[in-house]
Amino acid sequence: MLELKRTLDAKGHGVLEMPSGTGKTVSLLSLIVAYQKAYPLEVTKLIYCSRTVPEIEKVVEELRKLLEYYTKETGKENDFVALALSSRKNLCVHPEVSSLRFGKEVDGKCHSLTASYVRAQRHSNPSLPSCCFYEEFDAVGRQVPIPPGVYNLDDLKDYGRRKGWCPYYMARYSILHANIIVYSYHYLLDPKIADVVSKELAKKSVVVFDEAHNIDSVCIDSMSVNITRRTLDRSQLNVDTLQSTIQRIKETDAAKLKQEYRQLLEGLKEAGVARETDVFLSNPVLPDEILQEAVPGSIRTAEHFIGFLKRFLEYLKARLRTHHVVQESAPQFLKDIFEKVCIDRKPMRFCAERLSCLLRTLEIADLADFSAITLISHFATLVSTYSKGFTIIIEPFEDRTPTIANPVLHFSCMDASIAIKPVFERFQTVIITSGTLSPLDIYPRILDFRPVTMASFTMTLARTCLCPLIVGKGNDQVAMSSKYETREDFAVIRNYGNLLLEISAIVPDGIVAFFTSYIYMENIVASWYEQGILENVQRNKLIFIETPDAAETSMALEKYQEACENGRGAILLSVARGKVSEGIDFVHHYGRAVIMFGVPYVYTQSRILKARLEYLRDQFQIRENDFLTFDAMRHAAQCVGRAIRGKTDYGLMIFADKRYARSDKRGKLPRWIQEHITDSSLNLTIDETLQLSKHFLRQMAQPFRQEDQLGLSLLTLEQLQSEEMLMRINDLTHKT
Amino acid sequence: MAALSEEVLLVVKRVRQRKQDGTLYLMAERIAWGPEGKDRFTVSHLYADIRCQKISPDGKAKIQLQLVLHTGESTTFHFANESSALKDREATKELLQQLLPKFKKKANKELEEKNRMLQEDPVLFQLYKDLVVSQVISAEEFWANRLSMPSVGSALSNSKQEVGISAAFLADIRPQTDGCNGLRYNLTADIIESIFRTYPAVKQKYAENVPHNLTEKEFWTRFFQSHYFHRDRISTGLQDIFSECAKQDEKGLKSMVVQGVKNPMVDLLSMEDKTLDEGYGSKVTPSTSNSKPTVKENSNSAIIKRFNHHSSMVLAAGMKKGDGANGDQASETSSTDGNSRDSDFFQPPVKKVKLQEAIEYEDLQNGTGVRTVALNLKKSDRYAHGPVPLQSHHYTTTQDIITAVNCIQHEMACYKPCLTQVMSSSAASSAITALSPGGVLMQTSVQQTMNQLVPSDVQEELKQLYTAVGELLRHFWACFPVNSPFLEEKVVKMRSNLERFQMAKLLPFQDKVQRQYLSTNITGHLEEMLQAAYNKFHAWQTRRMMRKT
Repeated sequence: MLELKRTLDAKGHGVLEMPSGTGKTVSLLSLIVAYQKAYPLEVTKLIYCSRTVPEIEKVVEELRKLLEYYTKETGKENDFVALALSSRKNLCVHPEVSSLRFGKEVDGKCHSLTASYVRAQRHSNPSLPSCCFYEEFDAVGRQVPIPPGVYNLDDLKDYGRRKGWCPYYMARYSILHANIIVYSYHYLLDPKIADVVSKELAKKSVVVFDEAHNIDSVCIDSMSVNITRRTLDRSQLNVDTLQSTIQRIKETDAAKLKQEYRQLLEGLKEAGVARETDVFLSNPVLPDEILQEAVPGSIRTAEHFIGFLKRFLEYLKARLRTHHVVQESAPQFLKDIFEKVCIDRKPMRFCAERLSCLLRTLEIADLADFSAITLISHFATLVSTYSKGFTIIIEPFEDRTPTIANPVLHFSCMDASIAIKPVFERFQTVIITSGTLSPLDIYPRILDFRPVTMASFTMTLARTCLCPLIVGKGNDQVAMSSKYETREDFAVIRNYGNLLLEISAIVPDGIVAFFTSYIYMENIVASWYEQGILENVQRNKLIFIETPDAAETSMALEKYQEACENGRGAILLSVARGKVSEGIDFVHHYGRAVIMFGVPYVYTQSRILKARLEYLRDQFQIRENDFLTFDAMRHAAQCVGRAIRGKTDYGLMIFADKRYARSDKRGKLPRWIQEHITDSSLNLTIDETLQLSKHFLRQMAQPFRQEDQLGLSLLTLEQLQSEEMLMRINDLTHKT
Repeated sequence: MAALSEEVLLVVKRVRQRKQDGTLYLMAERIAWGPEGKDRFTVSHLYADIRCQKISPDGKAKIQLQLVLHTGESTTFHFANESSALKDREATKELLQQLLPKFKKKANKELEEKNRMLQEDPVLFQLYKDLVVSQVISAEEFWANRLSMPSVGSALSNSKQEVGISAAFLADIRPQTDGCNGLRYNLTADIIESIFRTYPAVKQKYAENVPHNLTEKEFWTRFFQSHYFHRDRISTGLQDIFSECAKQDEKGLKSMVVQGVKNPMVDLLSMEDKTLDEGYGSKVTPSTSNSKPTVKENSNSAIIKRFNHHSSMVLAAGMKKGDGANGDQASETSSTDGNSRDSDFFQPPVKKVKLQEAIEYEDLQNGTGVRTVALNLKKSDRYAHGPVPLQSHHYTTTQDIITAVNCIQHEMACYKPCLTQVMSSSAASSAITALSPGGVLMQTSVQQTMNQLVPSDVQEELKQLYTAVGELLRHFWACFPVNSPFLEEKVVKMRSNLERFQMAKLLPFQDKVQRQYLSTNITGHLEEMLQAAYNKFHAWQTRRMMRKT
């Protein structure tokens, strides 16, 4: 709170690490809301970004509680508007459209019903299908601001249904005057979407990135493009369709094309008033990089532009035909393309803009079909705009299957700071927070900003409810490690198996085990199966395993929880960096123990990673090993942190790799985990682990009441106001 | 010791126990063994105590039979007669096989249950003494009605808890080599049951093929040979009867996946808010058309799938009995599939609850709220109104009651008493006299003192009589309507029972009462009840006679 207040006062940025389950969200919310109420002119808006839909909804529910508390205590009606925003898939109430399963389909269908020219056509031909919700909203919804209150996704839907307004557009419209917005990172970080959604948000906003330990990968993902042969084939088809459409329109309605040409000539960037419903994905580059001038003449007419695209596609195809790996920078690529097919840099920069303009003119209803060519155009614009921080890698085959040709062109962003830079520049305060941000100093470096506060907080616990143990060797004294050289070692696999087996016998309810990668897990599971270890584990608990398929994994997860619920107990084998490790909490009996098999290093042989490491070294002076360890440890911490969600919760955290004992690894764990690792628990054998775990579990299973916590980790109002306690708190804060 | 009256079913000589020669006796209710040359048994087990018998394998030199008791102890008999050892053992085994199940069922459970009921319920115990010990009705008759009808006390224990399936039941089937290039699987009834419950497809196959096409043994042999049993199966030959099962499993798994999950907090599909379009991002989508996974990878992922499937099936099998409606997930998915369509309308409550759970911390809750038990009402209307007399055939609904109350309120609001016209003065004075002490209406207060007049032991006895008569009458009335010969027989018997009871118990009591308190007739009501029963019986009998003639 103190640190946060300082940050807000200084109008600077902050990095805060707080253990999960200690009320991170609610303390952030309550202080910022209070600040907003006290200085309504200083801070006008709170933008709270989280990662997944359930997280977003959780934040909104906490907010609801907070504002209810305000009304209860002050007796005043709440005058805040707080709302969650999500994609159309989560907000659509149109009976037909919302029944579609995939977000892309929903977007496409919605677009085909609400695009401005579709609606214009409907004037002449009323039999065309329409979305009554959008029509209704467009007719009356804008005049009436949404009444004060807290709107979760479902509330928005309810409200929309009641009023007959489209909740999605209503929410998008309402964020302009809402006091608090809760949405996903992408709406702020991905320039393609941010430009559409968050363009007009006020400068005097506070931005919070919650669960931000992966924020650099989100930034990088939003600026990177992969092109495969399939993409190119599909783009070819798209170009053909475009050409025939142009031909047809030329015969019937030549005036339209002429008008477009004229508009482009005049430099009206957005030809015609682009309505909110028309824009699907906006320009992929950041707003300040977009050229504010007229589209160059060489691609101004539709035919010329099609020709340009064709040439560009041919060039890419030729590049993909290579037989060896190519790595080059953006300027090299541009030089090559100019020499080979005479494509200049400037028209390429307008490629994305020009294509969206053309699609609009041609009144293409279903934009989802044109995703391939849109991707290509985005690539063209990106590669010609940025000369630094990006790399192009062409791989003719996958490393594992060198005989099968599967060429991929990776255009990958290496600098996470590019995407997030406008956010730091635009908003007065940006807070980056998560349960696992250690080591703190690396984030400002890779995101390239200067925070005014950086702090790592720990938990005050009435009992040590977490028990991190580092298991280094099996009972046979063979070191356990997922090191590349020993990971196939029979003894290591057997020891890992024994560890799981023994733990499964002593831990009640749920156990979650994480492996370093999916392939590694597959191999281990197979050899465990052959060795009969899994059969023995099954005597104690049911086994569920994460698969690459999200639907199957969801089912396994649900069954896992069911098994924990009805007392059978279960084991979930899962993968660090996988979906489970990122988004699912294992509260209380869903996760009494987490086992981390190995150190989850990223696959270091990947060329993209190598390029990025090189870039980090050159630009930010971060050593490769430091970054790799940092990345591995944040994922490990993220995995084991899944089990503890509050002070009443308890769980074992077992790090099964002897490398964890080294201080360079251990030192990168979050403080709240680190301080519970004692020197005696650094290099345990399986037997010793069992002894410690048994003792721990037996202690923790004793009833734990509120009274036990009072005065230690939980304060009543009187205690909080007492002189003595204030002194103690002061002491504590000074110590840190 | 050995009661002479015991019937000896089988005597086997030269049986060794603890290296001592002796004779084995199989009696009607127990098995016993006595050492050679002594006339007393050192080993004696009631059949009811024996859990199971085990025999040594055929090839073994020693021919043995082991008895395992419920307590866990075991006794081993060694058949030592060289010439006929095997035959002796077989004979013993056969006989035991016939005898054990009989005792198993009956002995323990029922007696225990009866005993428990009697001990817990003193009234019942008294009743038992009154009716059974005095031989008014037989014990079977007494229990016949009791056990079937779960009384309140035994309701809890009556619903037997279904034992779940061990997840490792397949692992428990340890193949043993039999020495000559073969494998032996030991299957017990429990394991077969587990397999059937977990894999309904196998059960179906079993029902289809056994015994018309295959013998049971062949069926299981094939089961273990098939790829179905081996989880890393890749190719399923067509000749394999279980290939269909595998397919069915696959289908079940798929439909489970398609059905999705109910808990939105674990639904990974809807987790991501904005999935990057294909082609964006730094990770390559792994399934790029032509990269075929190798055979090994394929089998590995098959194993993983199998584990998921197996675990969920085991889980489902455990739940099946618990909530019949939910039933077998795999086969019923198609019918519940309709839910997923209108998920919009029924999902929010689950979601709300889960969200609330996620943001609330127990330790921060203000005071522990009173834990309430959910009231499970079948007819909430009845709960709101209390019991309504059976005669009134139409139930008043809440609406009716509200209108009635309103009506009355309305009437009360505009009620004006006109006191002059209430009643005549003579009627009023007579009413006052009737209500003053000594008046007509005040005589009940005198009668009430009878409670104190009758000594407590007589009261006790009266109470017992009441329960006994009540019990008998319950039996009697339960026979009506008499629609089977069995009931006919019973009703006649019950009537004689009633008469016998009146003779044996009621009349002596009446005598006793009369000797002490001549005037009061406290057994009048009892007699009335009996009389009513006799009348009913009489009416029924005459009608039956009429019908017969």
